[in-house]
Amino acid sequence: MYSAILAQVVPFDRPTIDWHAVAPELILLGFGALLTTMDAVFLEKGRKYTSALAGIALLAPLIPIVTLALDGNDRFLFNGAYVVDNFALVMKAFFLLTGYIVVLLSTNYIAEGDYWENEYYGLLVSSILGMVVMSSARDLITIFVALELLSIPAYLMATWRKRDLKSNEAGLKYYLMGVFASAIFLYGMSLLYGVAGSTILSEIGEVVNQGESTSVASLAIVFVIAGFAFKVSAVPFHTWAPDTYEGAPTPVTAFLAVASKAAGFVALVQLIFVGFWGRPEVYEPLVWVLAAASMTIGNLIALRQTNMVRLMAYSGVASAGYIMAPLAVAGTSAGVADEALRAVVTYLVIYAVMNLGVFGVILALARKTKSAEISSFAGAFQYAPGLTVAMTIFLMALAGIPPLGGWWAKFVVFRALVNADTVLGYTLATIAAINSVVALYYYLNVLRTMWADEAPDGNLIPVRVPFSLQAALGLTAVATLVFGILPGLVNTVSDVTLLVGG
Amino acid sequence: MEFFEDWGLTLAIFLPLVGVGIMMAVPKSEESLHKWIALGTSLVVAAIGVVLLFSFDYGRADELQWNVTVDWIDVISTQYAIGVDGISLPLLMLTFLITPLVIIYSWNHFPEPHNPKAFLILILVLHSGMIGTFLARDLVLFFVFFEVVLLPMFFMIAVWGGEDRKYASLKFFLYTLFGSALMLVSFLALFFLAGGETFSIVGLAEAVRENDVSRTAQLWVFGGMYLGFGIKVPIFPFHTWLPDAHTQAPTQGSVILAAVLLKLGTYGFVRIAIPILPEAAVAWAPWIGLMAVIGIIYGALGCLAQTDMKRLIAFSSVAHMGYVMLGIATLTDWGLNAAVFGMVAHGLITGMLFFVAGSVKERYHTLEIKRLGGLLVQAPRMGWILGFISMASLGLPGLAGFWGEFPAILAAYNPANGLPIGVFRGYMVVAAIGTVLAAGYLLWLLQRTAMGNPSEEFASDPHITDTNTEEWLAWSPLLVLILLFGLVPGLIFNTTDPAVDAQLSECLTVETDNKANFDVGLCENEGIDVALANLGATVETAEGE
Repeated sequence: MYSAILAQVVPFDRPTIDWHAVAPELILLGFGALLTTMDAVFLEKGRKYTSALAGIALLAPLIPIVTLALDGNDRFLFNGAYVVDNFALVMKAFFLLTGYIVVLLSTNYIAEGDYWENEYYGLLVSSILGMVVMSSARDLITIFVALELLSIPAYLMATWRKRDLKSNEAGLKYYLMGVFASAIFLYGMSLLYGVAGSTILSEIGEVVNQGESTSVASLAIVFVIAGFAFKVSAVPFHTWAPDTYEGAPTPVTAFLAVASKAAGFVALVQLIFVGFWGRPEVYEPLVWVLAAASMTIGNLIALRQTNMVRLMAYSGVASAGYIMAPLAVAGTSAGVADEALRAVVTYLVIYAVMNLGVFGVILALARKTKSAEISSFAGAFQYAPGLTVAMTIFLMALAGIPPLGGWWAKFVVFRALVNADTVLGYTLATIAAINSVVALYYYLNVLRTMWADEAPDGNLIPVRVPFSLQAALGLTAVATLVFGILPGLVNTVSDVTLLVGG
Repeated sequence: MEFFEDWGLTLAIFLPLVGVGIMMAVPKSEESLHKWIALGTSLVVAAIGVVLLFSFDYGRADELQWNVTVDWIDVISTQYAIGVDGISLPLLMLTFLITPLVIIYSWNHFPEPHNPKAFLILILVLHSGMIGTFLARDLVLFFVFFEVVLLPMFFMIAVWGGEDRKYASLKFFLYTLFGSALMLVSFLALFFLAGGETFSIVGLAEAVRENDVSRTAQLWVFGGMYLGFGIKVPIFPFHTWLPDAHTQAPTQGSVILAAVLLKLGTYGFVRIAIPILPEAAVAWAPWIGLMAVIGIIYGALGCLAQTDMKRLIAFSSVAHMGYVMLGIATLTDWGLNAAVFGMVAHGLITGMLFFVAGSVKERYHTLEIKRLGGLLVQAPRMGWILGFISMASLGLPGLAGFWGEFPAILAAYNPANGLPIGVFRGYMVVAAIGTVLAAGYLLWLLQRTAMGNPSEEFASDPHITDTNTEEWLAWSPLLVLILLFGLVPGLIFNTTDPAVDAQLSECLTVETDNKANFDVGLCENEGIDVALANLGATVETAEGE
């Protein structure tokens, strides 16, 4: 009886797996498992090694990434659902390095704060695994799995200070909003599957671009983009960001602001360039509005912030607008699309460095001030000139003042917009230009407080910055300067062409 | 020598940063060491300037000399391209001169909250940015240096400034950044309109001609640059940041701001906007001229209304930069030469005025004009210095200020062909009235601060001493140069003239319908040499009488 049923089942062909191509993910998975077992076996004794092990876990997968890059062939797995191309490799390396800096930022914070260390690093590594998978995902199901893999640990990490009400609020808000966004994305995904009969992005692209079932396909595109607009905290889907950023432990905030946001963009870029590229009339106006609104509203609300972390949340909203902006003209021509893609990657890389740096300084200063209120940083120039100069470098880089890294990021965005030579492109470029001045205002306000104001209570005791934090600050500051003076370096990395779908 | 020709300018740009690196490693408490490192660095840079001054081939002042071109950012074909010609040389020398003088002046005059280490580091970073801006031959490089200057000046005002320093510093930064953001967009638009192959200034000028960039596009791009450079100058109505910044800045900051930073804007017009977009320049010129003369009159009236000496000098800057802009707006050989001369003269004179204002403030602890008085009685030498530079500032023939203003006014009588002559003659009249007003406010200032008897509150104040050693050291080069350039203006005119000619003839011979006669138009203008000879004669007779 069973044999009759079994005979009807299509025989399962074991897909050939290119082990080299998935080596980074497997290494990460192995180390993640090791981190968890170590806790179970060594209990308290293992605590002091966990952060080092997590660091190694994040650096080790870079070895296969380098060998894959040297090999240079695009690899397609699972019928094109999983692709390892230049873009994927660059983004994987990006997530791993970002994760490494986050580990450096976390080390002392987590060790000194009476938090659970093994679980923390275990979750961090699995979240980054999700991002690494996302970089290669060219299939709706894979994207969804990667999205959940990176989000669920992040929800937990946001509530890490579990006895703190704000942290609970942060996690809960993030979780509810995130699940809501996932649902929206899933709905769009189901519509896409209904239209195309496939979950592979390139196949969806073929159907969608032919213009069949226009209204359903358009609706699906809108839903999918809106779903990821939550992840990258674009206006009007940004409301979770400030509360979550404020409540979450600061290293986690840095992680959310940089890595998690970048993962959202990776998904968005893959969906737009592989799936919807031929339908600019749908996604261009949508992305245009999202970008313009994020820049403007993010910046305007940031003007009113008195808390540094909330300020960074809103400046992050505005940055999401900048990163999105090139996508609003991507459909103009293949040349512009290439340029837009490079602009997004370049911005993500430089933005990550500057932003991690800012959070590093906040962490270092908060060791003394026990607060992230901007006013508590007053007079930092007198007792912590090094940190103040570092903060100046990072904030001015974010504002786009050359020769610090950020100017190049803004420059490539402008270049993509202007190069499109459309009315939409030029207006968005002008909006972006005006917004950079607005942004400058609140960054300058912070710097002015740090440089020119008197320290509260005349407390001039220097800040002791632990080694791992020093390392993180040093790495990010040097990178910010080098990227600004020799932008060619970022370019060799971000020199990726239109994604291949499979 | 070859070493210098290849590396001299690069050294000049980056040596100050090397000095910064060394100073960062030295602990904050070693104050005198910091001073010597900063002074030493700026003097070495100045020495490179001296070498440049003597090895510069004045016969070829129209060409770029000592140029270096290295690929920088391949994707956008940006190059690290630097070089110096007759237009940038005088401004470069001014920069080389001012910074060491400012450091000498600072020696024992560090404003509150003291901290010489940070203060001098900022000055050196500023130095590097200013030198770079005058040398850059590539728009992206220019933009980078143009922006580098902002931050140190912001901190200098925000930390070491007067009571309202926070407001002033922020206003300064936001205004300039607003302009430069739009300027960057225009640079980019220009890059793509001109074929997207080069950011080099010369290359772009050619590309704009070859690619037939539409007139509308040119007008818009020029508009962006106008905002960027114009805010820096500052042109009326974008000048409001200047009085605040100047008043609140520490003396050293005001001097550098007046002497060099404002010139970055006017230099941008002469170097970038006009040569690359001649057609748009012709269209915009009447408006630039209008804003310039409004600035002249508005600045002068503003001066008359001031109660604070520093603020008065700041408003006089608005008026003086108006003359420079008027010279530029005429688009003639004469006008541009006068503009470059005006930039140098204004740098020397207004820089000096701010120095003196700073020293007065240090002695009297106020700059309120009605509380001052009797400087000639209490500190006679300083009083005479103030008198001397006020005369220079109001444009007395025989001193440097005259050669910036007078030829600019004269140039407006006969602007380049294609410009409305009647309108420019109108501007000429207004500008001439401006000189009367200038004499008015400067003499008035002199009368109320230097003459008369000291007011009761300061009459027996022992802090009011005469010019001291650092002040003499810092001031005498400026005083000598003001006199020297006044007597022998050819020192600058002969350097700038070939370069200005090259700049104009390259750009204004574009063959378009309404400008076919440009070539002729420029040739009809008397050469500056001839005119100078005539003027020189006039001055001599005037002095003889």
